[in-house]
Amino acid sequence: MAEVCLALAMIGLTAYAVLGGADLGAGFWDLTAGGAHRGGRVRGLIQRSMSPVWEANHVWLIFVLVVLWTCFPVFFGSIMSTLYVPLFGAALGIIFRGVAFAVRGQAATIAEARVFGAVFALSSVIVPFCMGAALGGIAAGEVPEGNALGPPFESWLNPTSILVGVLAVTTGAYVSAVYLAADAVRADLPDLVEAFRRRALGAGAVAGALAIGGLFVVREEARWLFDGLTSGGGLVCVLASAAFGVTTMALVWTRRMSLARWTSAGAVACVVLGWAFAQSPDLLPGALTLDEAAAGDATLAATLIALGIGALVLVPSLVYLYRLVLRGTLDQQFEPLDQRFRPITASDQSQERP
Amino acid sequence: MSISDIYPKIAFGPAVVPGTRYCPASMSAFLLAAAEVTGRLGQPDQEHLLWARELQAMSLAVHIPLVCFGIAFPAMVVFMEGLYLRTGDPTYKALAKRWSKVMLILFAVGVVTGTILSFEFGLLWPNFMATFGDVFGVAFTLEGVSFFLEAIFIAIYVYGWDRLPRRAHILTGIPIIITGITGSLMVISVNGWMNNPVGFDVVNGAVTNVRPWEALFNDFFWHELVHMYAAGYMVAGFTVAGVYAFAWLRGRRTRYVRIGMIVPLTVACLVSPVQVVLGDWAGRTVAEDQPVKLATFEGLPKTESGAPFHILGWYDKDTQEVKGAIEIPYLLSILAYHDPDATVQGLDSVPPDDRPGPVNVVRYAFQTMIGIGTLLALAGVFYALVWWRKGRLPRSKWFFRLVVAAGPLAAIAMISGWVTTEVGRQPWIVYEVMRVEDAVTDASGLPIAFFVALAVYVTLAATVVWLLRRLAARPPDVEVGTPVEAR
Repeated sequence: MAEVCLALAMIGLTAYAVLGGADLGAGFWDLTAGGAHRGGRVRGLIQRSMSPVWEANHVWLIFVLVVLWTCFPVFFGSIMSTLYVPLFGAALGIIFRGVAFAVRGQAATIAEARVFGAVFALSSVIVPFCMGAALGGIAAGEVPEGNALGPPFESWLNPTSILVGVLAVTTGAYVSAVYLAADAVRADLPDLVEAFRRRALGAGAVAGALAIGGLFVVREEARWLFDGLTSGGGLVCVLASAAFGVTTMALVWTRRMSLARWTSAGAVACVVLGWAFAQSPDLLPGALTLDEAAAGDATLAATLIALGIGALVLVPSLVYLYRLVLRGTLDQQFEPLDQRFRPITASDQSQERP
Repeated sequence: MSISDIYPKIAFGPAVVPGTRYCPASMSAFLLAAAEVTGRLGQPDQEHLLWARELQAMSLAVHIPLVCFGIAFPAMVVFMEGLYLRTGDPTYKALAKRWSKVMLILFAVGVVTGTILSFEFGLLWPNFMATFGDVFGVAFTLEGVSFFLEAIFIAIYVYGWDRLPRRAHILTGIPIIITGITGSLMVISVNGWMNNPVGFDVVNGAVTNVRPWEALFNDFFWHELVHMYAAGYMVAGFTVAGVYAFAWLRGRRTRYVRIGMIVPLTVACLVSPVQVVLGDWAGRTVAEDQPVKLATFEGLPKTESGAPFHILGWYDKDTQEVKGAIEIPYLLSILAYHDPDATVQGLDSVPPDDRPGPVNVVRYAFQTMIGIGTLLALAGVFYALVWWRKGRLPRSKWFFRLVVAAGPLAAIAMISGWVTTEVGRQPWIVYEVMRVEDAVTDASGLPIAFFVALAVYVTLAATVVWLLRRLAARPPDVEVGTPVEAR
């Protein structure tokens, strides 16, 4: 039963990495979009795409935390206490990201929108780096079992952690560019399709190069993790992820953006799964196995029952939300961010100020 | 995990208490403290425990008022939309739409502040989570599901204005109401469990035989639940009404302002008197299950019958008496047991180490809650009487001034209530099972974390207030009649 619960946590993590990661990646593109005027259209699309979904996407993170502390309490206590620096950083980043994004939607002048936009975009980069570095610390075996027993800085500022942190940022940017390109297709904005297509191809190339180069880092720093990733189930997942990545690039290249959504998600899912294979059967490499960390059967069963009942309601609701989103029912009118703040003229009277 | 990782710490009494269940038996509750747990991650040595507590308290104080809106606001918004669908009056629609935007902003802020809380559970109290996460975790699993549904439907509802068919649109509001209730219900269940820990046994200082469903439906669940819900309706109702009462006082006596005020005000005024009854129930449950906490409400040093209640004043730890206070004889016995001669347990019924430290914090928090609650209950009765006898709003400016103040007052009362129950539970994180000092992290830098978080929360509060004022300053006619973007 512990395996099933872990699988659910991994599904949650994958969903957060893909969907939450795409929202955070959008922040990266917001950050790099250029000046207010030049980046206005890019930012307008980001604001429009993220608004209805980012909260639901973010809840996957809560889901992962809750499943971990219920089903693997000692594991949760150990990682949270040792990795407190990056996780506190991620928590603060989450506050700034969420609030700044919500507030930017209500900004009244371009100056306000720029301040909140900068906060939103910067924290969107900090959050995935901190999270990735924390995961890298776990994978590199830097977290011992116990109350803050690992080193507060080396546990997440080692080569593997930094690699995973940077990879999290670039992967998010990559997935995000694919999603935004697909959204631009739906909104019939050819210039933005091209803009995000270029970004997707660029970020995809960087993420791929980082992943391959990263294997050498892992080989030096955490040999057993490298061995896990290059044998058995781990190897299958790594190859599958590479295949998904290449397929996504081909689809983006040929402008089949809707399909690319799914294959880019597949690439991320395979990385998460491959990591699980490589670490198996340990949750904390060398310190705590899955069976040692698992809560009693009564708790695991109760969690599965609760999630089973929840899924009966949750899955149709999620399908409903994403169907409305993908059909464009919830779409707002597209408007470049900088255009929202020009003075209202007589010809605008028929239209509404947002 | 080897047995050497488990440090049994036995206060007194037998080490093995199989089948221990912390049932509501006032005297035995204190004897059962024998089954104390230090935790699976060992005994922490944290010099900055107080900072961890203050950081957690601050984070909760920021989040809980937002929860009130999660509990109560969706119902008001959907009710307003229902009025629109029944009458076709665009004023109702304008209000419902405006409110739904506010609801979304508050939800977004609630999402992030709630995320911080989940992080802090692990960052600040890893030993608590490692030891008891499997006992109370199922509640949070269900809360996660609720939260998820709430996020989904709030997005559909707010962005679906004029996009979905009218009937479908109002139907998507219903899950927001339900999940706002079920989500907080589960969190309250966990807090109830911390006060009334059931669903596990303690053997040799280790937690065994976990029964998660029993923990979920603990004895404190029900009264904490309804007490919090009523508080949620009071905070949200009075706050929203206060915004329009302010406009009303400034002379903007339009139909829009009047309706915007009456709906939430009626809700809040009806709930306020009921809250007095619910609070009484909560108080009596505390008297039965947590007599030491009740003694702290008053600062009652010794067990006595016909115990008095002291208003204001100061509890002196050295002399163990309340000084400079207004004494009302028999009142504590009446409050706790509805009997002027009832015996109330004093602080001396447990060793000094097991008593809450800051007695005066609890006393003042309790009295603040009672005082404000009484004032708002009277305001509610007054409003209801005027409406019933004369069929109109009260005319007194002072009533509307009170309504403007009532939102913040209700929030203060609610936070005071939380301080009462949480500080009153000290020194325990899990009542009479685990001490807060054993739950805390061993990480360093807690004071830094506190001040960083303080700066963040101050910025956050300022931003939200600024944003809501910005929203309020926009003319309502933007939303009347014409289709607009729900942004």
